[in-house]
Amino acid sequence: MTLTREAAPSAAPPTRGKPQPNRRSGIGRAQRREAIALVIPSLIPVLAFSIYPLLNGIFLAFTDSTLKRNAESNFVGLDNFVRLAGDTFFWESFRIGMIWAVSVTVLQLLAGMGLALLLNADLRLKWLTRLLALIPWAMPPVVVAIMWRMIYSPTTGPLNAVIGFFGGPSDTNWLGNFDTALPAVIVVGIWVGMPQTTITLLAGLQQIPEELHEAAAIDGANAWSRFRNVSLPSLRPIIASITSLNFIWNFNSFGLVYVMTEGGPGGKTMLPMLFTYIEAFKNRNLGYAAAMGDVLVLVVVLLLAVYLWAQFRGEREK
Amino acid sequence: MSTTVTGTNRIVRPLQYVALAGYLVFLGFPLLWLVSASMKSSSELNSLNIQLVPESFHWANFSDALAKQGLLHSAANSLFVAVSTTVLVIVISMPAAYALARFRGKIRTAGTGWILVSQVFPVILIIIPLFLILKRIGLVDNLFGLIIVYTTYTMPFALWMLQGYIASIPVELEEAGSMDGASRLKVLRIIVLPLLMPGVVATAMFSFVSAWNEFFFALVLIQSPDNYTLPITLKMFVGGEGKVALGPLAAGAVLATIPSLIFFAFLQRKLTGGLLAGAVKG
Repeated sequence: MTLTREAAPSAAPPTRGKPQPNRRSGIGRAQRREAIALVIPSLIPVLAFSIYPLLNGIFLAFTDSTLKRNAESNFVGLDNFVRLAGDTFFWESFRIGMIWAVSVTVLQLLAGMGLALLLNADLRLKWLTRLLALIPWAMPPVVVAIMWRMIYSPTTGPLNAVIGFFGGPSDTNWLGNFDTALPAVIVVGIWVGMPQTTITLLAGLQQIPEELHEAAAIDGANAWSRFRNVSLPSLRPIIASITSLNFIWNFNSFGLVYVMTEGGPGGKTMLPMLFTYIEAFKNRNLGYAAAMGDVLVLVVVLLLAVYLWAQFRGEREK
Repeated sequence: MSTTVTGTNRIVRPLQYVALAGYLVFLGFPLLWLVSASMKSSSELNSLNIQLVPESFHWANFSDALAKQGLLHSAANSLFVAVSTTVLVIVISMPAAYALARFRGKIRTAGTGWILVSQVFPVILIIIPLFLILKRIGLVDNLFGLIIVYTTYTMPFALWMLQGYIASIPVELEEAGSMDGASRLKVLRIIVLPLLMPGVVATAMFSFVSAWNEFFFALVLIQSPDNYTLPITLKMFVGGEGKVALGPLAAGAVLATIPSLIFFAFLQRKLTGGLLAGAVKG
């Protein structure tokens, strides 16, 4: 700590925005040096194990690197991408990943919004619901997957037992059936992601000034039109950010589906993350898998850019 | 909305309770089922007569899970990794969080930008080169390698939490301290640190739970059963043993959730108080 006593107050200028022009330039420099010294310990692991691998990963996609013993890695240009363009298994997995990410994100938002509105009304049992809504978020994904495998179990699961009780077919193999596997894992995805969405939306709802609702109610607006015209516009920025984050998290999700189905049956739940993992660490084609990673990242970034651009443009037009 | 029009109340209220009950079942039933399965004997688990409350409580599942299935060893590994990660994250991110909260300018912009980007990081792209790097320095299939990776990937959010807590401590307190003649370090130790303790505890618990729950990095980076963390051992259960070990599996799953639940008993109020909202809106 090189700062002198007099310098301490200037360490945090009271005015926001641009730092005040510092008359004592020596102190400004000392301050900067101090800030750098404080940041460096956390910067080193980030550079070594996060930024460098990221750049390296982008580069690997242009090589034929493999995990096989004594294999050489050569630069192959765009070969991997050309091969990938014609890889129907990859694009099928990509399609499944999009269905998964979009439906989980949308349904999370709807279910989360419903729960947030209920939690914002004066009802009994709110504490219990709030507690239950938070638990999924804290549970290890592996445990969540094991739990839902039990629920979905064709022979000993409670879901089939309940359906059977009401006279329906009680032998559905939810996770093993071509038609039901993807919807079944999507339900689990919603279950896991709801807490975060609910809590975020609830915080947003609580920030809306009471007066707005009162004024609308006096004007004769019913609950639905108050939700549409008062709550929804105020929540708009929060909805935009939570759906973007949820979409990325869901698209990048791995453990949940891997433990539940390992991508099966017949690749029906083979999310792109699982597909890439298998290509890299089971088939040992690192370069090709890295090309998949590049494509996935690129697509997600583009989609998000379009979505956020549309959101903010809508905002400005209002 | 507390300003409900009283006329619609009679119709809306019951509907709201029906919806709330639906959510309660959806969110709560799977949890109850897991807990119930963890206390059932294997004959009951495999019987076709399905009920939520076990016929007899079969506590042996828990001791079976811990002793026979190697869960105790993996739990020890998980504990070691999670505690080391937590300590490292706090020690490393505390100074950086202070810099982010107190100094404005380029460092702050770059730091905040990085934190936000890290939230959406494409792990699938990172894991391949990361595996190669760790292999080169001999840290694949090594718990220390896992600690390094967890520290790197938990830090951004921990940094974000910590800098929020620091920013909420008025600078005036520090200024007053230094005017009274205390040295900078003394000000930090005597004034800032005690006020920051709740924030440090919350951040530490977040780091612990993240490391404790993590699956993907462990799956790729850990290979020998001796080094398995708890989630990996549980996953191996699922594939190999099948129905036979269902009871102990459920028991192990329940045990693996306990640290996170303690975290929530601590944090519930803070989280609902808008910590996540702040993180998203920031």
